[in-house]
Amino acid sequence: MILQSVFFYLFSAVLLISALMVIGARNPVHSVLFLILAFFNAAALFVLLGAEFLAMLLVVVYVGAVAVLFLFIVMMLDVDFVEMRAGFLQYMPIGLVVGVVLLAELLVAFGGWAVSPDLAANLGEPMPDIAQVSNIEAIGSLLYTKYIFYFQTAALILFVAMVGAIVLTLHHRTDVKRQKIERQVARTVENSIEIVEVETGSGI
Amino acid sequence: MTTELATLPNLMPALPEILLAIGAMGLLMLGAFGGSKTSQAVNGFAVALLIIAGAIILLGTSSTVTTFNDAFIQDPFARLMKVLVIIGSGFSLAMSVGYAQVEKFDRFEYPVLVLLATIGMMLMLSANDLIAVYLGLELQSLTLYVLSSFKRDSVKATEAGLKYFVLGALSSGMLLYGMSLVYGFTGQTSFVGIADTVHMEGVGIGITFGLVFILAGLTFKISAVPFHMWTPDVYEGAPTPVTAFLAAAPKVAAMGLIVRAVMTAFDPMDLQWQQVITFVSILSMVLGAFAAIGQRNIKRLMAYSSISHMGYALVGLAAGNSAGVVGVIIYLITYLAMTLGTFAAIMSMRRRDGAVERIDDLAGLSRSDLPMAVLLGILMFSLAGVPWMGGFIGKWFVFSAAIEAGLYPLAIIGVLASVVGAYYYLRIVKIMFFDEPAPAFERPSSELRFVLVVSGLFMATMVFYVGPIRAVAEAAANSFF
Repeated sequence: MILQSVFFYLFSAVLLISALMVIGARNPVHSVLFLILAFFNAAALFVLLGAEFLAMLLVVVYVGAVAVLFLFIVMMLDVDFVEMRAGFLQYMPIGLVVGVVLLAELLVAFGGWAVSPDLAANLGEPMPDIAQVSNIEAIGSLLYTKYIFYFQTAALILFVAMVGAIVLTLHHRTDVKRQKIERQVARTVENSIEIVEVETGSGI
Repeated sequence: MTTELATLPNLMPALPEILLAIGAMGLLMLGAFGGSKTSQAVNGFAVALLIIAGAIILLGTSSTVTTFNDAFIQDPFARLMKVLVIIGSGFSLAMSVGYAQVEKFDRFEYPVLVLLATIGMMLMLSANDLIAVYLGLELQSLTLYVLSSFKRDSVKATEAGLKYFVLGALSSGMLLYGMSLVYGFTGQTSFVGIADTVHMEGVGIGITFGLVFILAGLTFKISAVPFHMWTPDVYEGAPTPVTAFLAAAPKVAAMGLIVRAVMTAFDPMDLQWQQVITFVSILSMVLGAFAAIGQRNIKRLMAYSSISHMGYALVGLAAGNSAGVVGVIIYLITYLAMTLGTFAAIMSMRRRDGAVERIDDLAGLSRSDLPMAVLLGILMFSLAGVPWMGGFIGKWFVFSAAIEAGLYPLAIIGVLASVVGAYYYLRIVKIMFFDEPAPAFERPSSELRFVLVVSGLFMATMVFYVGPIRAVAEAAANSFF
């Protein structure tokens, strides 16, 4: 139990510090690297909770895809981050005031009530016993049966995203010479090379 | 643990949606392999698919059925609203044919995306669960973002798409935050489950927080004040056929979703949501009326006009009674017809050197094209709510419902706002009939003229068949009472 608490505080502390560094780092590439560190620590917290499937998803999706995409964007776009941050100090006081007011409101609102004790019994889809069912089995048995409608609709949304990305970005350029592999493969010596007898001095 | 095969859910209630989804994918294949010359055919097939889907809905049973573990509901309300959405999408597609050829807009992806957006709207109208609400809404919104910047070489269209996307993502965030609060405090995502839990445990602060956030996310989609900022820019920047589509069908779908959400899931919290809806309704009516006065671009004018019309429709919902829901439905029917007709007229505003969209370009239209001037005049009178045009009938039903519910201040503010709004609609009529003529427009294509004639005549003669329309609306509203 003590070991678990030690690891919990370790992962949480690293998570919070690296999250702070994401907005604090001067170099945007460092920011993205801290973001990746934050994702890994969040995944470790999921493992501590017994949700190993979510932890793996977090690593695969966020570290593997999203963070790498960010890294690409940061490196390829010519954005002057120093200039973007020029007004930061100037706007910080009002930003702080807004943040503190919002935090106070949330504390007042959320601190003022207690969650109903019957809530756990009222869950639409209660969590199965982790000792009996593995993570993937528990999610899969819901996702592909009861939630098949949502699963298919989400697929349709991804379909729209794909069509939309192609519609908005694909330009058919006519001034580019493209490689046509099937024509290259189909070429033979006979139809590519012509042997011409040239008489001396006359040219072709 | 024994593995058992899951039983196949009943797919019949969702047949129109499934048909449209498969059809959209098939048409995408047709377009991708057939090349750009197939875009006309794809458009035609898309309209045919919409007609078939509408026929399936109309010919099916009129009882209430649910499927997919109650996540999907098909009741008389959903059916009527889906037919309205299909009419909106179908007419927008038909109107885009001529425009597409002239403006180099004829790409086969356009009808496919409109079909996918229509599926999203139909899922919203059938949503009986928070997750279904979110997925339907995202399917529709994502498609609309793409459509707004469909003319990707135009800076204005790109700006419109980007603005719509960023603000839409913000509103989705608010909606999801609200949903997570509601789930956290009830443990339920289904509308029935939420209503039951609130009924048993009473209304707490947490769920009220969630309700307000959900309403904020949803009112963004109908561009009600204070979540209207995107509307004028998106309407102006998007290609005109897309604007016509944006103004018509998605508004009907989002309004239907709001009605179902507050009437079923949050039925026990009527005191809470009535306040929010009343507030939003007053702001929309007043801002829509005053901000439109200074507009010179007719698409921006229609944006503010749609903001105020959504405000009027919300008056009926604020009443919270059966007459109010009937009012909302009748208002949406008239709004859909007026919007489609007016945009058919706007798309007809074309001179030799391209489309024009300033209000002054309509000057003296009565001398160059009298039928169009008369029909657009009828639509303007109807939008202003002049008796006995269709728009007046819609306003009559929502305001009488508000008075029946004792919401006198709301009704009075609404009537005053519609008087202010009448100024800018009547100004267009004055410009068309009494100003010095501007150069004549080119002959509009026949499909635009057809839509204009149908909607103009419908608005002018609606008073003769209010009875049947009201009967249909009452049957739909009875889904909730």
